[in-house]
Amino acid sequence: MAIISVRNLIVEYDGRRVLDGLNLDIEQGETMVLLGGSGSGKSTLLRQILGLERAHSGSVFVKGVDITRCPQAELRRVRRSVGVAFQSAALFNSYSIKDNVALALREHTALAPSIIDLMVWMKLAGVGLAGFGHLRPQELSGGMKKRAAVARALALDPEILVFDEPSAGLDPIVAAELDEMILLLKRAYQMTVIVVTHELPSAFRIADRIAMLYKGAFLAVGTKDEIRNSQHPRIRQFLDRVPEKMAEASALAAAFEKYMGTQEVNL
Amino acid sequence: MATLIEAVGRETVNQLDYLGGLSIQLWAALRAVGASLPLVGNRYRWKASVAQMLQIGVSALPMVGLMAVCSGFILAMQGASELRRLGAMHYVIDLVAVGFTRELGPLLTAIAVSGRSGSAFAAEIGTMRVTEEIDALRVMAFEPVEFVLAPKYLAALIMVPCLSIASNVCGILAGGIFMFFSTHLGLSLYLRYVLTSIQLRDVISGLIKSLAFATIIVHVGCLEGFRVHGGPDAVGRSTTTAVVKSTFLVIVADVLFTAIFYFTGTH
Repeated sequence: MAIISVRNLIVEYDGRRVLDGLNLDIEQGETMVLLGGSGSGKSTLLRQILGLERAHSGSVFVKGVDITRCPQAELRRVRRSVGVAFQSAALFNSYSIKDNVALALREHTALAPSIIDLMVWMKLAGVGLAGFGHLRPQELSGGMKKRAAVARALALDPEILVFDEPSAGLDPIVAAELDEMILLLKRAYQMTVIVVTHELPSAFRIADRIAMLYKGAFLAVGTKDEIRNSQHPRIRQFLDRVPEKMAEASALAAAFEKYMGTQEVNL
Repeated sequence: MATLIEAVGRETVNQLDYLGGLSIQLWAALRAVGASLPLVGNRYRWKASVAQMLQIGVSALPMVGLMAVCSGFILAMQGASELRRLGAMHYVIDLVAVGFTRELGPLLTAIAVSGRSGSAFAAEIGTMRVTEEIDALRVMAFEPVEFVLAPKYLAALIMVPCLSIASNVCGILAGGIFMFFSTHLGLSLYLRYVLTSIQLRDVISGLIKSLAFATIIVHVGCLEGFRVHGGPDAVGRSTTTAVVKSTFLVIVADVLFTAIFYFTGTH
């Protein structure tokens, strides 16, 4: 049974359709990568899966609960089994890294402080930040912040771990390290992982399956090889990095030359 | 003409939407504020409330005190310049004592707290919106109103009336100093006259106003923060709007309460 099911999901902003009748099943234990260009709707789909926005119509089932219609208390219960590492890390700046990780444990469990300290150390050690718990988020580098966000997301041992653009803003080496960490964590914790990205090397490194989004609809959902060998023109354009509107680029150059020709040079 | 009617209609809808947002937030805060109480509530929220009390109350005390002293001198001097001609200098004591207890103490405090804390609430929550910290709270199964707003509300409900009392004391003492230098009236005699001129209902009406002003400042500041969309410029705009709207609404509420107390015979 799928741990997450999206059914006929439609999202509109001011009458503009952003997601157009999406259907998707994410199986327990798999790594699903939501791949697509800027504005394709992948972050919107992620926000729907997390119950952060209201859909126009359709349903999102997480662990069998329709989070678009369930009561708030039920939604909060479902959310405790989901960990999210945001694109901007979204660490609480007024707390230390240790307190960021400990927050959910203190508030949602009845564990003794010494046990919480031990668990926080384990989560931080798991992402290579064992000696940095006393620092504040603003004292960390971009890559360290992302790892701290992962440690916080892991705090309650979630069944589903979600990454929003994990490689964004990171250099290729740190991005590759983060990919390896995601693979390692998935093996260690046996979680379902959802990753939103537009980074192709990262997507093909960590995915079990890839869902390719374009203008709010899925072009294809399949394994890495199925996507890699797809002959769909839009998928090929994305994978082969072909610019969208070559004609417009030449028209822009012509207009620029014409403009320059009409300008007098004042020295 | 159609454009004018359209503009008026749109603005009316916007204002009703704003009032609706304030009412919903107030209801949610009243339900959540119990979690911030000591002993019966969540101890982390109570710690947050104490930190907020220091920021809203203790840090604002010198500023509020100074404003009250200056206003006390102004009120006493303006009153004396007219009452001296009528040979009714002793009424300056009533003017300062009653004026501060019913009106100036709560109003000056509200204006000071609105400028200091109302803008800070909007900036803090707005920044949390921009950096996805509010989303992070929600996916960690926390309710932002309970986590962020309720401690601020509880702190304001306690500290704004306290600051109002401090403001009353400072303003009345300033009036006493003026009376000593202008009429050689001793401070102890002045205080005895003050105690005979003010009544318990004057103090209570001032405190009721303070509670209403605290509610307005916290909820307008926080709502402006929660409604931030976009980047840092939106945060800047929200802080300005928070101060302008909360100051305006405080004065409107002051008129309403004063009218209620006047027509019900409390004053």
